[in-house]
Amino acid sequence: MAIVLNGKTFDIGCPITIKNLLESKGINADRVVVEVNYQIIVKQEWDSFLIGDDDQVEVLQFVGGG
Amino acid sequence: MEDKLIIGKFELSSRLFIGTGKFSSNAKVGECIKASGCSVVTVAVRRIDFETPEENMIRFIPSDCILMPNTSGARNAKDAVRIARLAREAGCGNWVKIEVISDNRYLLPDNFETVKATEILAKEGFVVLPYMNPDLMVAKALKDAGAAAVMPLGAPIGTNRGLRMKEMIRILIEEIDLPIIVDAGIGRPSHAAEAMEMGAAAVLVNTAIATAYDPVAAAFAFSLAVKAGRLSFTSGAPKSWQYAKASSPLEGFLDSLTD
Repeated sequence: MAIVLNGKTFDIGCPITIKNLLESKGINADRVVVEVNYQIIVKQEWDSFLIGDDDQVEVLQFVGGG
Repeated sequence: MEDKLIIGKFELSSRLFIGTGKFSSNAKVGECIKASGCSVVTVAVRRIDFETPEENMIRFIPSDCILMPNTSGARNAKDAVRIARLAREAGCGNWVKIEVISDNRYLLPDNFETVKATEILAKEGFVVLPYMNPDLMVAKALKDAGAAAVMPLGAPIGTNRGLRMKEMIRILIEEIDLPIIVDAGIGRPSHAAEAMEMGAAAVLVNTAIATAYDPVAAAFAFSLAVKAGRLSFTSGAPKSWQYAKASSPLEGFLDSLTD
């Protein structure tokens, strides 16, 4: 089972919640935003929303910019 | 009467906005913001690099600063709208700088797509500050579309070439009843003062501070220039004259000595 995560193929063993995905990557959830298949998933749903096969996932943060 | 800058219901304590790109470190960003006293700061939205995750730079920005995410990376209105919605969901308020660029050499903004994005995002309750190539008819369209301010470029991003678009900016200041914030190309504090003396409501500076030899000193210098320029504008600069007008009295002279 594979997803596209930030533009790269990423294998997941089985459907995974956003919360668990971020934790597995060591990402602090503060000021992070997640989009799955072009839909923004609000933070309150991160521990219930399941990412599955072929999903396109974007995990974004703020960086310096003008 | 106090001279206030109010945008999106916020009364801003500083007319210097700072961009946070190109700094040598996140800590330096924080020091410069503090030195400048600025109250609006831009940031960008990017994918997290899981291999080398960056520290969260928001932690270095004082909590009383207004964060204004830009839509850099957007090549059209659809991209800009998507990025703005993502930025708002990340939880830093509802301000957005619309930046739609598909020209890679000069990074000039696409005015047409910027108007489209402004209309959509203003209807969704964003405080929209569009970055644009100064054009009076586009500025009017941006105002009609619900922009909270208009941000014309002084010169292309990162060039430090000053107010190359001065005359067009002057026309916007005269004709458009919105704060006009000069954004891009400001390379020196004197450029910032020049913009403020013309009547710009504020200026946005990034490269000139971030890449200065001493960014903290540069940030402070820009803050002084913005204040000086604004005071000059509100105090009313005197006329200029072709011929000299003496500064000292023309009576009471000593007789001139002759040989």
